[in-house]
Amino acid sequence: MKTTYRECVRQALREALLRDPRVFLMGEDVGRYGGCYACSKGLHDELGPERVRDTPLSESAFVGAGIGAALGGMRPIVEIMTCNFSLLALDQILNNAATLRHMSGGQFEVPVVIRMATGAGRQLAAQHSHSLEGWYAHIPGLRVVAPGTLADARGMLPTALADPDPVLIFENALLYNLEGELPEGAGAVDIDHACVRRPGSDVSLVTYGGSLPKTLAAAEVLAAEGISAEVLDLRVLRPLDGAAILATVDKTKRLVVVDEGWRSVSLAAEVVARVAEEGFFSLDAPPVRVCSEEVPIPYPKHLEDAALPQVPKIVRAVRQVLHG
Amino acid sequence: MHGHGDSQGSGRGAPVAAPRAPAAPADPADEAPDLGLFCLLDDEGGLADVADVPLEPALKLRAYREMKRIRLVDARMMLLQRQGRVGFYGTCTGQEATPIATGLALRPEDWVFPALRESAVMLVRGLSLTTYLCQVFGNRGDLLKGRQMPSHMSARSVRQVSWGSCIGTQFPQAVGAAWAAKLRREPVVTVGFIGDGGTSEPDFHAAMNFAGVYRVPCVLVCQNNQFAISVRQEHQTASSTFAVKGRGYGIPSVRVDGNDVLALYVALSRAAARARAGQGPTFIEALTYRIGAHSSSDDPSRYRSDAEVETWLQRDPLQRLRRHLVRERLLDDGAEQRLEDELNAAIAEAVAEAEPLEPPARESLFDDVYAELPWHLREQRALMLAEPAAAAHGGRPA
Ligand SMILES: Cc1ncc(C[n+]2csc(CCOP(=O)(O)OP(=O)(O)O)c2C)c(N)n1
Repeated sequence: MKTTYRECVRQALREALLRDPRVFLMGEDVGRYGGCYACSKGLHDELGPERVRDTPLSESAFVGAGIGAALGGMRPIVEIMTCNFSLLALDQILNNAATLRHMSGGQFEVPVVIRMATGAGRQLAAQHSHSLEGWYAHIPGLRVVAPGTLADARGMLPTALADPDPVLIFENALLYNLEGELPEGAGAVDIDHACVRRPGSDVSLVTYGGSLPKTLAAAEVLAAEGISAEVLDLRVLRPLDGAAILATVDKTKRLVVVDEGWRSVSLAAEVVARVAEEGFFSLDAPPVRVCSEEVPIPYPKHLEDAALPQVPKIVRAVRQVLHG
Repeated sequence: MHGHGDSQGSGRGAPVAAPRAPAAPADPADEAPDLGLFCLLDDEGGLADVADVPLEPALKLRAYREMKRIRLVDARMMLLQRQGRVGFYGTCTGQEATPIATGLALRPEDWVFPALRESAVMLVRGLSLTTYLCQVFGNRGDLLKGRQMPSHMSARSVRQVSWGSCIGTQFPQAVGAAWAAKLRREPVVTVGFIGDGGTSEPDFHAAMNFAGVYRVPCVLVCQNNQFAISVRQEHQTASSTFAVKGRGYGIPSVRVDGNDVLALYVALSRAAARARAGQGPTFIEALTYRIGAHSSSDDPSRYRSDAEVETWLQRDPLQRLRRHLVRERLLDDGAEQRLEDELNAAIAEAVAEAEPLEPPARESLFDDVYAELPWHLREQRALMLAEPAAAAHGGRPA
């Protein structure tokens, strides 16, 4: 079936709401408006304002209320417009959702799912363009996932809702219009493992989320040059699938990490560190990271493009690990 | 009405016919539970008297001219946005009266911390239109060097600080800036703005509390345009008005007709005078209506009817003042046309000047992250300069 990433998210939300009366969706403009990325279009009219709820404009309040509702026996799905605005709810997420089970000696659990858009590329300047999933992946107590394909956009939500712990879903805003085939009957997928999206033998490209299509495009360019790149989609940013990372590096002996986050002290750094610790002797060349420049993302298109990982940069990085 | 039913915003949000005369009192200590609605211009162009704030013909004409200019600028920018020449834009159409009155009521030494719809204050306070437009294009004439979205402008020369896109954050900052003036014993007033939606953020409440406790010289303004994107004010708060919230923080508060530029000018002038005299903060709710879309990315037909917009067009702030100016023989059709032609010509000239300016250089990206460029950014810049200069594209989904 031909569809879009956005429609996959919408179908996943609809199915979750229909299947479990404990599930409800809340956030800013998710109701009649259908969400600022149109992911809940039509659901308010179909299911009513109790299941699809517009909240007052207050991230800490609706995330906190989501945590409270989860403690109270519901299965809330909280939509934060973008991860930039999630910073206004950071205390609720980090100090509370992520710690409550542990700090209550296991008495309480917080099965809340928080979805948010992430990433740049829409000319909205820094305060709308951060990629903060790497930060969240730093936090014990959370599971952090980043669907980069239609099947994951469709299938990660039900699995996240079944998880007894808080799950954060990062949807790169540039993916919503992504078109593709979704197999008939596609449903829940695992949220534990990374996945090889393109097998190859000369170099491993490790990436996730919004950088996945760019990385696959780079692999295509490289194939034309006779370079066989393997593309590993991390999918789950916490806990990382270390075994899959080591396996691909063991196979190709070369590593390039592509991550829209900033490079220093980042998710990309963590991937390289894992390989340095546990796969050091597999490597035939120093790894390379392709990340965003370490600046607040600017507004004009050419500056924004220059600040972000792009296909030509990935291609150049691969040539560097192959030829020095 | 004040609950969370599905009412469509009749009642509290509906246009209120202006009282003929006398004007409702603008005394911030007024004990009316909903704080009334202070307005001076009636629907026929009559103007109620105020004793303490002079409303000279020159001021009225200036207010009209400035409101008209920003309306035309906004319309032009939305057009350019649709043509793909501008990336993003948020207008203040229908709510011009508040930013224009603010610009007119302040002194050059005062500070402004705007929300999304108050960029026009800077034009009133002397920023050139070309400079303003360069920010919209994000080019080499842009004071912000392409680092911020349109409608998030700032200019030190007119003491206006850019708001962060995250709603509400400017409000505590405004209070802090006012506190600085108090500590430095400077007779400077700081004005902070927030939308009706923004009043739900914790920052709003924290700022109001600080302002009240520290008695800082600030004016805190809520532009109640009745919408936060698609969410109506009655889904935002169960409070009878926004102005009444100020009471809980011990701040004298007043609710003003936000489409009456002269009432706003009087209310803001009084509040600024109080602040300058060391009498502390004032909270102003300006009741208005967002005639345009939330921004260039919004389609308001998804959540409101044309008929509702039409009702509010009857209360258009320009028409309100225009009727008065005509009645006072300060304006007629000929003068109106000349003004419009003159403003349009100035806008066309400013666009022609601003648009062709070169974009900022690629490597300028690394400047101003810190006062001095640190080693890791020097390294990243060198790498970028070694790459081909063509814009890096490709691989991205549409
Ligand atoms: C913290 C935060 N949450 C959400 C948004 C998305 N957003 C942008 S404008 C807006 C509505 C703002 O409404 P209001 O404060 O009433 O101001 P208005 O746009 O009506 O002038 C929202 C929800 C944001 N920018 N920041």
